[in-house]
Amino acid sequence: MGIIENALTKSEAKSVKKLSIIAFSGDFDKLTAVFTLATGAAAVGYEVNIFFTFWGLDAIKQKRGRAFVGGNWLTKLFGFLMGGVKVAPNSRFNFLGAGPRIFRHLMRKKNIATLEELMEAANALGVNLYACEMAMLVLGLEKKDFIHEVKDVLGVATFLRISEGGETLFI
Amino acid sequence: MTHTLDITQEHCPMTFVRTKLKLAQIEKGDILEVLLSEGEPLENVPRSAEEQGFKVIAVEHVEGPVHRVIIEK
Repeated sequence: MGIIENALTKSEAKSVKKLSIIAFSGDFDKLTAVFTLATGAAAVGYEVNIFFTFWGLDAIKQKRGRAFVGGNWLTKLFGFLMGGVKVAPNSRFNFLGAGPRIFRHLMRKKNIATLEELMEAANALGVNLYACEMAMLVLGLEKKDFIHEVKDVLGVATFLRISEGGETLFI
Repeated sequence: MTHTLDITQEHCPMTFVRTKLKLAQIEKGDILEVLLSEGEPLENVPRSAEEQGFKVIAVEHVEGPVHRVIIEK
């Protein structure tokens, strides 16, 4: 009986259209992939959750450029070197920061949504943004350092519960 | 009331995003006419609208690659 109940719960859970993305990278191109998938899925009716961890946290910082955000001199230095979404580097062909600017130019020219537009759309579509508690502490950040769209600061157990029954991607 | 949305110049994922946001804005019973291009938008915009409980009244060819999808909220 227990097995049948378990199987039913699992099949019911599978019918929920849900996409959860672990955004580990703070790279411009990978964040563009994260928000393209997130907005596309949300637009066709999926519940979408993005769990930002490690360098991915750069995408949700309030300070979008370079700023000494952090708890002590070391994390503040890290915060400055990493910067926010505006200075996110490319994973390839970064050309000392010129790469993302070239990409933004190409995207605008081809009428393809830029990372900033995708992030705005994600907000309008109700995509759930979460920050990883552990990475936040390591990098000396606090919830107030993140954009107000960030719904909560979570640990692994809560993320697993939220993502249960859907697809999960690691980018 | 009838609303129109032209996504012929948009690309993935904004084709779906603009349609979804427009459908969220309009009132229940309103009609949305979406102008879109053949290929992925034509294949998926009507399907995803139906999956989300909207009624696709018609899919018409306009000219060249452009089609009109009429959706009732």
